[in-house]
Amino acid sequence: MQKNSLLALALVTSLVFFGPAAQATAADTIKIGAYLPMTGAVAAYGEMENAGIEIARSMEPEVLGKKIEVILVDTKSDKIEAANAVTLLVEKEKVVGILGEAISGNTMAGNPISEAAKIPSVSPTATNPLVNQGKQYAFRACFIDPFQGEVAARFALNELKAKTAAVIIDIAQDYCVGLGNFFVKEFVKNGGKIVSTTYIQTGDQDFSAQLSAVQAANPDVIYAPNYYTEDALMAKQARDLGIKAPILTGDGAQADALIEIGGAAVEGMYFTGHFHKDAATTERSKQYIKLYEEKFKKEADAFGALGADAYFLLVDAIKRAASTDGTKIRDALQDTKDFQGVSGIITMGEDGNPIKSMVINKVQDGKFVYVTTVNP
Amino acid sequence: MTGTILFQQLINGISLGSLYGLVAIGYTMVYGILRLINFAHGDLLMFAAYTAIYLIGIFTLPWQISFPLAMVITGLMGIVLDRCAYRPLRDAPRISLLISAIGASFLLENLAIVIIGGIPKGFPRPPMFDHVITILGVRVQVLTLYTPVITIVLLLGLLYIVYRTKVGKAMRAASKDFEATRLMGINLDRVIAITFFLGSFLAAAGGIMWAMKYPQVNPFMGVFPGLKAFIAAVLGGIGNIVGAVIGGFLLGLGEIMIVAFFPEVSQYKDAFAFVILILVLLFRPTGIMGEPMIDKT
Repeated sequence: MQKNSLLALALVTSLVFFGPAAQATAADTIKIGAYLPMTGAVAAYGEMENAGIEIARSMEPEVLGKKIEVILVDTKSDKIEAANAVTLLVEKEKVVGILGEAISGNTMAGNPISEAAKIPSVSPTATNPLVNQGKQYAFRACFIDPFQGEVAARFALNELKAKTAAVIIDIAQDYCVGLGNFFVKEFVKNGGKIVSTTYIQTGDQDFSAQLSAVQAANPDVIYAPNYYTEDALMAKQARDLGIKAPILTGDGAQADALIEIGGAAVEGMYFTGHFHKDAATTERSKQYIKLYEEKFKKEADAFGALGADAYFLLVDAIKRAASTDGTKIRDALQDTKDFQGVSGIITMGEDGNPIKSMVINKVQDGKFVYVTTVNP
Repeated sequence: MTGTILFQQLINGISLGSLYGLVAIGYTMVYGILRLINFAHGDLLMFAAYTAIYLIGIFTLPWQISFPLAMVITGLMGIVLDRCAYRPLRDAPRISLLISAIGASFLLENLAIVIIGGIPKGFPRPPMFDHVITILGVRVQVLTLYTPVITIVLLLGLLYIVYRTKVGKAMRAASKDFEATRLMGINLDRVIAITFFLGSFLAAAGGIMWAMKYPQVNPFMGVFPGLKAFIAAVLGGIGNIVGAVIGGFLLGLGEIMIVAFFPEVSQYKDAFAFVILILVLLFRPTGIMGEPMIDKT
């Protein structure tokens, strides 16, 4: 009996030690890892970004004469799972670069691990400034929240003519807390007044108590920079209560699920966003939109476009570095200049944060409609 | 705080509380008989909501038919759950049942992810529940008014079954003593199956009401309402049906009022519920309406 279990132990140990080594010998492909929320609270982002990466890979399937293989790991919209996913990609899959995560909190959990392993990562849509702070190997394809909060505040003051605002923040998300603060700072600096601040949590479904407080404060605009499910449920309950103030939110709103859940209640909702296909200008974006719509039979969305851009940025850096060495790819990524991406022209600034333009969109007739573009 | 807002918050609280109560009844019924916390109970909410969506969407049935049908299907699902996950463990230690319940809960959630996907779906709200009326200067959605009424009607119906019918008598007997009930010639498995049917049927009612009020249907939608309803059941005295509803109302009102009076601590709304759970377990483990604890073996 004991002999048998010893034998089994030996077998398992040998599998652990020799398994990955045997795999690594077949290196005629270049492996890129992607860790995205394919299930859980923000699954829509993962699904859209994965679709974008798929299209991008069909546009550029090879680099340095080798086929690119994308290994996708689901993070279940969870911080711990995100960290595990990066460990898996780095330790077991030995990827040369990483794409992901979609949201700030999860990327903040994953980045320290890829940083320690000196593997460059590009997040498509993690917008919180802390995500890349002090990191050498962390990059992103999107603008960051101080800019987004500023634009939202100025839009509320100048276009919506708001003097007072109510802020509703999802306290469980780094993204929402950060963006809410940047909005408040800019709004107050320019003479606006915050009349109500309330908090919710990811997964909450009843906001009636918070909204009744908002209703009592009677603001000119509601700023709710949260993710699409909470935004939609909140809008629905706000309209049910008879609150008529326009709702302004951030890039997290741009998912079809917002309209599917919110229906008529999200009509007229404004938000700052990364991309709208009607504002696309680059050659690459036109080709991307065509391929995307042929394959998925629906309009190209923002998160897909950013997923594709993260892929293109990484592949472009591998090409310019002419190497799969992490440090060389990292240097090439930092040198990215006037890159013609799907979501616009990207120049990598300080800390791996791109300098790029932003769009303001609106929900109208059950669709996301382009309003205007704001340059940095 | 003005009177109007207080009134508004009161209505918010009653509406949320009656949903908790509706779900809590199912927990408490199963516990009363099997001494089992059925952790898969919350997932039956999700099952019912998806079933209703597909009955309306694919089979294009009107809601008057598809909602009751979804409730019956969920009730049958409860029987299947009992047959597959709990009945084989009837004579096993209670802890095995509990673990089996957690397993069943994960199985249902992950099956939904694999089959349907993780992106939330909207839920159709029939026009009858959709319009808004004004009472004393407060705008109230009619759905908000129907919810407590439906909860009370279902509660009365259930009380009738439990206290006035033969099956109910068998249920009460089973909750007192398994062996003696068997000796009396009662088919225990059948009684338990019926209990699961009723509990799941009520969970389905809760799930559909929940989805109409908070229309985002996803594989994990039942987890939090399930937990809250469990707390409500403990608060009211687990095993006691009327207590479950009272516990639900108290919990819903408490959660809303904490946000209403102390908006700056609104992020601790959920903590409030769990603090109540801990306090009840510490100081009055039998809850508000609970009977003194007699360990049944």
